[in-house]
Amino acid sequence: MSNFISLWQAAITFGTVILFGALGEILTEKSGNLNLCTPGIMYLGGIAALAGAFFYENGNPSPNPVVGVLVALLCCVIASALGGLLFSFLTITLRANQNVTGLTLTILGSGVANFFGGSMNKLAGGVGQISVATTSAAFRATTGLSGLGTVGKLLFSYGFLTYAAIVLAVVLSLFLNRTRKGLNLRAVGESPATADATGINVTLYKYLATCVGAAVTGLGGAFYVMNYIKGTWANDGTIEGLGWLALALVIFASWKTLNALWGSYLFGILYWLYFYIGGLTRYSQELFKMLPYVVTILVLVITSMRKKKENLGPAALGLSYFREER
Amino acid sequence: MAKTTATKSPLIRIAKREDISRPKAWLIRIAAILIALLVDGLIIFAIVHLNPVAVYQAMFSGAFGTARRGWITLRDAGILLCIGIGLAPAFKMKFWNLGAEGQILVGGIATAGCMIYLGGRLPAPLLLLVMAVASIAAGAVWGLIPAAAKARWDTNESLFTLMLNYVAIQLTSYAVARWENPFGSNTVGVINQNTQAGWFPKLFGQTYGLNLLLALILMLAMFVYLNYTKHGYEIAVAGESHNTARYAGINMTKVYLRTMVISGAICGFTGFIAVAGSSHTISTSTAGGRGFTAIIVAWLSKFNPFVMVLISMLLAFLGSGATEIASRYNLNDYAAQMIEGVILFFILGSEFFINYRLIFRGKEERAA
Repeated sequence: MSNFISLWQAAITFGTVILFGALGEILTEKSGNLNLCTPGIMYLGGIAALAGAFFYENGNPSPNPVVGVLVALLCCVIASALGGLLFSFLTITLRANQNVTGLTLTILGSGVANFFGGSMNKLAGGVGQISVATTSAAFRATTGLSGLGTVGKLLFSYGFLTYAAIVLAVVLSLFLNRTRKGLNLRAVGESPATADATGINVTLYKYLATCVGAAVTGLGGAFYVMNYIKGTWANDGTIEGLGWLALALVIFASWKTLNALWGSYLFGILYWLYFYIGGLTRYSQELFKMLPYVVTILVLVITSMRKKKENLGPAALGLSYFREER
Repeated sequence: MAKTTATKSPLIRIAKREDISRPKAWLIRIAAILIALLVDGLIIFAIVHLNPVAVYQAMFSGAFGTARRGWITLRDAGILLCIGIGLAPAFKMKFWNLGAEGQILVGGIATAGCMIYLGGRLPAPLLLLVMAVASIAAGAVWGLIPAAAKARWDTNESLFTLMLNYVAIQLTSYAVARWENPFGSNTVGVINQNTQAGWFPKLFGQTYGLNLLLALILMLAMFVYLNYTKHGYEIAVAGESHNTARYAGINMTKVYLRTMVISGAICGFTGFIAVAGSSHTISTSTAGGRGFTAIIVAWLSKFNPFVMVLISMLLAFLGSGATEIASRYNLNDYAAQMIEGVILFFILGSEFFINYRLIFRGKEERAA
């Protein structure tokens, strides 16, 4: 039983990172922008949250946890939205290729994040690893409900962002399917020319969806830094792997945020399963870690075989829209 | 009347440019790189308060300061070039092969496996041949799988190849755990350190001579293949419009499969060069993100192998240079990625000014 509880907890924490990434990416892709820089944006969000908290804690002898959290979240959202803005400017205004721009942003994001993550403490005159204990503890703080035995452990033992992600998944689902603006956004992603003809400002929708989506994706990076590795930094490329997995989750969820919700926890279970299966050698564990990727490939192939329209992505995904070139 | 139209027209309009002269296009690109270097200089100054000129000088000496450093820079450029060459045919037919990373790794695993199990049992030339064939086959299979799904069910290839990268990374971790040496280190170590079985021989007295020769051969072969063969023509037509290609009687299934086998095979072969000709070991960082960087190399060069040489050289120079400034000024290596990212963004952005021109409000009235 305790094994199951710890697997469940690991899966939820893991899942929340990629859930934020996938939610942001779904919002972006609904506007027809295939943003391949999820890892780059998560890197930017993560490092910005860490840097914000670091400078706040460094400057204050007795840092206030609430202020630390707010500073971290604000920095994270601004930095990742700026990443989204850069992507939008290049692909929408300068009409650069979306895939190539996304990959470039991933290179830039991982460079910036790993550079500052590795040397921020040194640049600030400190020694050793960067660490933001107070803010990270506030991110991971739980309510009294976590003491309620097994139920408390299963449901209430997580930091506030875990629940924020769940709420966000529901809100986004309502926004996309039940509001006029959501309908407009989906129209932009399905057929920008039609949307344009009905008077929807295609450029504005694409810009906004990409920037807001990037901000949400960035929260995944902040969650990773603050909750998953507890307010430190590691130059081991884990965020990059998680970023691509978030992209995989978007396909797995067939662009529906509620599917992404349970899908993210399922990915978490698949990812950590090897740890709880007895009798695995160290090298067969490595094969087990393939599972989330193999499952995604299977989903990708099966949905393309069935060709059900509602399971495929937006029709104009990855295509730039130029009004003049119709 | 004229006044109302003037207020209605936007401040800046964009018009497509059909014919820009080649020198002018290159002028724009070079200007973009110079501006990017300037911006990078400002960033460097803002972070570490060092004179950017001194930093660039340090980078140059890091990349070309000694003959050995120069060769290492050339070796890195060669590998980037080989991957770019491998990706070119796939991208030219608009098949988004984001899986070079994985294709390099499986090629590397095949190479390392041959070195470990066959090293010392086969004569050196035969061993190298077996390694090359194994790596090519592994890469080809890794490229063929997503192509088959694309041809049969129209499966999204960019996401499929992306996922295959991670499958390949886990396979590599598995292989590393299997072959670790010494036991418990979780690295393979230098394979055949004493016998040097399966290592590239020196060519013209240079350790990396063979690496460069192979890259050069691949480059010329790909140039001919893309520009002067029927296959190359079919790829070009398919890249412009899949429907046109079908209409012209080109069998798209065949083109997909054939091109991706070639693309994967070259990337797998690059894994062979990276393992047997350079690191003599295998790890999950054998590809090290170069599979992604090479996509940008291939795209920015518009699939022209000769332009690819220039861009690969630029990126390899930045890489070696940044390693040097990192150690000299006590920073970390990722400064290279940051500088690289900024430069690539400027080159990407500059393409807009090559393809389009801006017309400011009021300009045309004066012209008319």
